[in-house]
Amino acid sequence: MPDVSDFILKLQRRRIEGSHATARQTAELLRSVVSQTRMPYTNQAAALLDAVRAVGEQLIAANPVELAVGNIVRRVLHIIREEDLSSSAVSFEGLMISEKSDDEDDADHKGGPVLSAAAVAAAARSTLRPRSLQTLLEDGPLPAAPSKSSSAGDSEGKSKSDKSAVGKRLKHSVIEAINLLIEEIDDCYEDISEQAVEHIHQNEVILTLGRSKTVKEFLYAAKQKNRSFRVFVAEGAPRYQGHVLAKELIQKGLETTVITDSAIFAMISRVNMVIVGAHAIMANGGVIAPVGMNMLALAAQRHAVPFVVVAGSHKLCPLYPHNPEVLLNELKSPSDLIDFGEFSDCMDFGAHGGAPLMHVVNPTFDYVPPNLVSLFITDTGGHNAAHMYKLIADYYSADDLVIKRKSTSSN
Amino acid sequence: MAQKKGGKTAASDDPEELARTPLQAVLLADTFNLKFRPITLERPKVLLPLVNTPMIDYTLAWLESVGVEEVFLFCCAHAEQVKEYIGNSHWGQSHAGFSITTIESNFSMSAGDALRFIEGKNVIRGDFILITGDTISNMSLTEALQAHKDRRKKDPDTVMTMFVKRSKPMPLTHQTRLGNDEIMMAIDPETKQLLYYEDRFDSSKRAVTLDKSLLADNASLYLRTDLEDCCIDICSPEVLTIFLDNFDYQHLRRHFVKGLLHDDIMGKKIYTHEIDSSYTARVDNYRSYDTISKDIIQRWSFPLVPDVLYAGNRAQMRLQREGIYKAPDVTLSPSVRIGAFTAIGSGTIIGENSSVSNSVIGELCTIGRNVSIDGCYIWDSVTIEDGCRLSHSIVCDGVHLHTGATLEPGVILSFKVEVGQNITVPAYSKVSLLPQPSKQDSDEELEYADTNSGVIDSPSIASISPANIEHDHVSSFDTEQSVLLEGGLSGVGYIWTSCETGNEEEWRYSVAPIPVEKLKEFYAKMFDEDESSSDGEQTGITHSGELISESKSTDFDDSDGEYKGDVSKFEKEVEETFERALGGVAEENVQLEINSLRMSFNVTHAECAGAVFQSVIKSAIIASNSSKSNLLKATIDAIERSKGLLSYFITNVDEEIEVILKFEEMCMEITREFAPIFSSVLHQLYDKEVITEDAILKWESEKADADESDKVFVKQSEAFLKWLKEAPEEDDEDE
Repeated sequence: MPDVSDFILKLQRRRIEGSHATARQTAELLRSVVSQTRMPYTNQAAALLDAVRAVGEQLIAANPVELAVGNIVRRVLHIIREEDLSSSAVSFEGLMISEKSDDEDDADHKGGPVLSAAAVAAAARSTLRPRSLQTLLEDGPLPAAPSKSSSAGDSEGKSKSDKSAVGKRLKHSVIEAINLLIEEIDDCYEDISEQAVEHIHQNEVILTLGRSKTVKEFLYAAKQKNRSFRVFVAEGAPRYQGHVLAKELIQKGLETTVITDSAIFAMISRVNMVIVGAHAIMANGGVIAPVGMNMLALAAQRHAVPFVVVAGSHKLCPLYPHNPEVLLNELKSPSDLIDFGEFSDCMDFGAHGGAPLMHVVNPTFDYVPPNLVSLFITDTGGHNAAHMYKLIADYYSADDLVIKRKSTSSN
Repeated sequence: MAQKKGGKTAASDDPEELARTPLQAVLLADTFNLKFRPITLERPKVLLPLVNTPMIDYTLAWLESVGVEEVFLFCCAHAEQVKEYIGNSHWGQSHAGFSITTIESNFSMSAGDALRFIEGKNVIRGDFILITGDTISNMSLTEALQAHKDRRKKDPDTVMTMFVKRSKPMPLTHQTRLGNDEIMMAIDPETKQLLYYEDRFDSSKRAVTLDKSLLADNASLYLRTDLEDCCIDICSPEVLTIFLDNFDYQHLRRHFVKGLLHDDIMGKKIYTHEIDSSYTARVDNYRSYDTISKDIIQRWSFPLVPDVLYAGNRAQMRLQREGIYKAPDVTLSPSVRIGAFTAIGSGTIIGENSSVSNSVIGELCTIGRNVSIDGCYIWDSVTIEDGCRLSHSIVCDGVHLHTGATLEPGVILSFKVEVGQNITVPAYSKVSLLPQPSKQDSDEELEYADTNSGVIDSPSIASISPANIEHDHVSSFDTEQSVLLEGGLSGVGYIWTSCETGNEEEWRYSVAPIPVEKLKEFYAKMFDEDESSSDGEQTGITHSGELISESKSTDFDDSDGEYKGDVSKFEKEVEETFERALGGVAEENVQLEINSLRMSFNVTHAECAGAVFQSVIKSAIIASNSSKSNLLKATIDAIERSKGLLSYFITNVDEEIEVILKFEEMCMEITREFAPIFSSVLHQLYDKEVITEDAILKWESEKADADESDKVFVKQSEAFLKWLKEAPEEDDEDE
């Protein structure tokens, strides 16, 4: 499939970067993979699973640091299992007993009412944390809950309609479910920013670091609802994406202060809330985020400032940061930090006895441990770090966590 | 992605490009030089691994990433190997929008030949990128390409955009870092047009000769020595035609660029594009191989780094702390010490208590116990037995080092060489299974000879089986050969004697770090020159000093150095001409000849007069048969004989003074015989109206302030001078 190799190459050469772009394109690619897969008469689901897994494995290997790719592959695998269960309940009852029980579990979580129950449980759990209590209480009516339950209801309706039309092929239902997934990825900004007014209050000072589109939309939404607040933007060295964000915010009429990353600790005492984006949210509630974030989180904790992470659900990663499959970081070119022309004499190995004396380290990401995060805001509402594993169980099935091993065993 | 989009939309906006031509690139998979001998006898340079990936992969990956759609891969030496590699790699499979076409020619001896050959193929339809297969880059092309197109629209004479990179804070960094020559360019600060290019610039000379018109025609220009030539160009199709028209153009820079810059008639223009943050470098010699490998390991070339760039069948490397790259299936004994900035390929096994630092180790290597490896490049399937010591060497595929072998810095072991037990391979030696070609061409030919011999050599490898080779060697040891075989154990390979400028230069282009004493010498030389030049003239060329055309003084000052040498050469030429004149050539012809000499050497009239006079005096010496009594007479004869010639060249007072000074100088240095008869000869010159009294009197007054020693001849001619001073009054009285 030429599309696949093309996409793999783009991932490899780092020409597609960022969770949103990679997630969306992965979903689109997998949709075309599913639609191009030749369906056997028996065991259709297994054929689809194999096809997706084979492609998925390559995609993940192409750029392991883009965890969103793996997330979407796993989501699609989960979708196939689910759709298979709902459509093949009639024909393959006997064969699928074990998987079915597993799947029933999943279905339970997936159901609208159960999910909201889970949210309530999460809320109850999060009351244990005094700092997030307030925010969660204000979150109480949970504007996300209806939207989420409605979307869940949608998919429920879809799957029901699939069920009613038993003759319909599994493929179609899977494709439709993937379409929904793509829609969800596209809509994540809206869903998240709907909750903005609940979190940002009048005359507050918000601090963010670097540039995250989710954060930007979140702030825009609050501004649109006529909240007046101020934003501190830490510039986010060495890529200085904060400068871009500041520009964008000012265009929307937001009062913005740009500070250096090193001034964060000095400024944090004036800040009411830290809102940042993330690269990925791990299963333990830890966050992989642009470099400098851990420093910010520690500063926020020191001054008891809520540290809020906004992220679409495609950034939820079912892996733990200690998993060997997880590549936590990527070291980029030193040219972000220093000018090659100025420093080329420092890399003069011929004159310096052959051993490089100058080391430049330019990591892309930081890991923020779960205990530093006060609240996660995803498109399904606010969550506590400790609740992440539960949320992840809704989206992924446990069989797909390690894609590589699975595929080798099946081959 | 964004880049590509940008490029495409920009192209489609352009109304002139109705049928969009795909972006093409010409990749020269041959470098047409011998710097990587003896390795390149067996494998083309572009396939040599750079941090475990063939160089050509870096180049192709870059071309692919900047949106090039058609690549014409020109292969020459070892064309089969290149084609086979491309065919088997993932480049061979068709990608959407990226195709590679190989063009093969066995007769091309240089880049110029290659481009002429490609012109003949008639495949280039628009602007194309010209690059060699050993160039590593991660720069973006969009901006430069657009700029090139805009310039082309405005001025169709624009033929090329050259990429340059600022890379040199220290005067010697080019040489010590990459082993390259210093480059000096003159660039118009406004338009970025390249006005002057010198790729063998000697910065120690601290002087540069520019064409005067360069300063006259340009309001301002930058003279820069801190730029590195990236060896990547955007060319217009005309470039190929220019190469076709100038069949003697061989080298891209030395001939083509310089040729165009000197040629005012065609008026073709070359522009430069300076890249700032991205990385570009070309593997030109062993030193740059070492430096660029280290740059890649330090991730300057991101995303073309070992853990990202990997071909399909190779296991992916993973980056660990301190810049250690390791493939997943490396077997290391627990006691192995891996130092910083090291890459280890898959399937490699390293035994107990070995240590590796600053090195690259390829795939499927077996390294024994207690081995120490520092700063080495070990390619694939190498076996190193226990206790070997390797430092700063390149070890090619299939090499076998027996127990206790030692490689001193700068050693190159070509394919399948074996080093016997406890043998020490001396520093900077190059060892190959193939004997060194005995016939050494002249330097200039050497540059282009690679392709030829490469083609001839490659089949010979195939025909000799390993067993054969060993036999050959047993019978044909020279003394150096036996070094390897000491101890009675098998060692295979010829030691090459350094083919280039001898051992002195070896350290310059070697993978080994520059020896401390050489470095000191280097810098000492540099700083001496620095000080002396700063005393002499303030206008030494700063790294990017702007030279405004008003301050022409630099130009003249600078030319002084060369000019002195030229005058003595000129004098010699004049002398020879004069001798021929004595043989009976018509006087007018001699005049003409000397005049044209004067023009070509660009000397002043006065100097010319001096030279002619010198020749006359010298002829007198010859005529006098070196007997003193005859000398005066002979001189008078000679002056008499060439009176016409002298008066032709000696036309005003300044020239006359020059002649007297010259004569004085000669009497003191070359032709001491004349010293006693100085005043008589002077008198003769006056009598024959070669020199007027004004000149003589001026000469005297000039000498008035001189040292006593300088006044010897003034004193000698005192009587004559006195008489002269009185004479005018007589003349006046006469009138």
